[in-house]
Amino acid sequence: MVDSLISAASVIAAAVAVGFAGLGPGIGQGNAAGQAVEGIARQPEAEGKIRGTLLLSLAFMESLTIYGLVVALSVLFANPFINL
Amino acid sequence: MYTFFLSKIEVGSHLYFNITDSLHLHAETVIVSSIVVLIVSLILFLGTRNLEKVPSGFQNFLEVIYELVKSIAFTQLGPSYYSQFLPFIASIFLFVLGSNWAGALIPWKVLEIPSGELAAPTNDINTTASLAILTSISYFFAGLKIKGIGYFKRYIKPAIFFLPLNIVEDFTKPLSLNFRLFGNVVADELTVTVICSLVPLIIPLPIMMLGLFASSLQALIFATLAAAYIGEVIE
Repeated sequence: MVDSLISAASVIAAAVAVGFAGLGPGIGQGNAAGQAVEGIARQPEAEGKIRGTLLLSLAFMESLTIYGLVVALSVLFANPFINL
Repeated sequence: MYTFFLSKIEVGSHLYFNITDSLHLHAETVIVSSIVVLIVSLILFLGTRNLEKVPSGFQNFLEVIYELVKSIAFTQLGPSYYSQFLPFIASIFLFVLGSNWAGALIPWKVLEIPSGELAAPTNDINTTASLAILTSISYFFAGLKIKGIGYFKRYIKPAIFFLPLNIVEDFTKPLSLNFRLFGNVVADELTVTVICSLVPLIIPLPIMMLGLFASSLQALIFATLAAAYIGEVIE
């Protein structure tokens, strides 16, 4: 009974973790990409540099989402609270 | 606990090498990472065997890689220190890139092993953890070597009450490096697996290409961050 309760809670927790982890970085990545497009429109000759920096910073923001995913995966597949 | 998976993704068991009763290795990680190390060193050896003043072919390719790795180290560490840490950063970059791509490019499914399956070694959290811990050790080493005992002044900068924060940072740095690489590789593989189980033909290909691109970017980021942590300490 307790186990199934923990499983149910874990599924919800995983969903919430991924959902909220996607929220912030999504906004951040949108901002960054928008600013980069603006920069390229203003200075087309700097496109290569802007693209490199943008990709690097997008990957950094992506990693925040990935932390959420890691938490979700560990809660789903390697839950430390089941079979105590 | 009974679990139900729509697609056939399972968190299965590894193939274990038992050394003693309590100590065992994840065999598939060890096997694949040794293969990766072999391949990478073979490429590097063959490309630099007879160096020429005017590079051609294979040597050209390796020089491009060298330029890339050098630029990572150079921008983070500055002109006077980069050459000391270039080997470390370059080997981290090549190993992570090699192992990320080995998981996607080599058809491991052809080889049957008793349990578990061969995949990218970086999808095992132990590999990424060891890389992250190596990075920590190397920036401690860099700080102590270059700054001497004055290295510890870093902990009370900019003010004394930043001490706990700076100490915590020493633990969060390897942790975030670890989870970033591990999570990205696992996320790539999970996405590909899920899409393969839905539509096995053609449709997964663009996702796989995206995965290749993302994993090369992760190698770049791991190397950049390792260089940045070292550079932060010695500046």
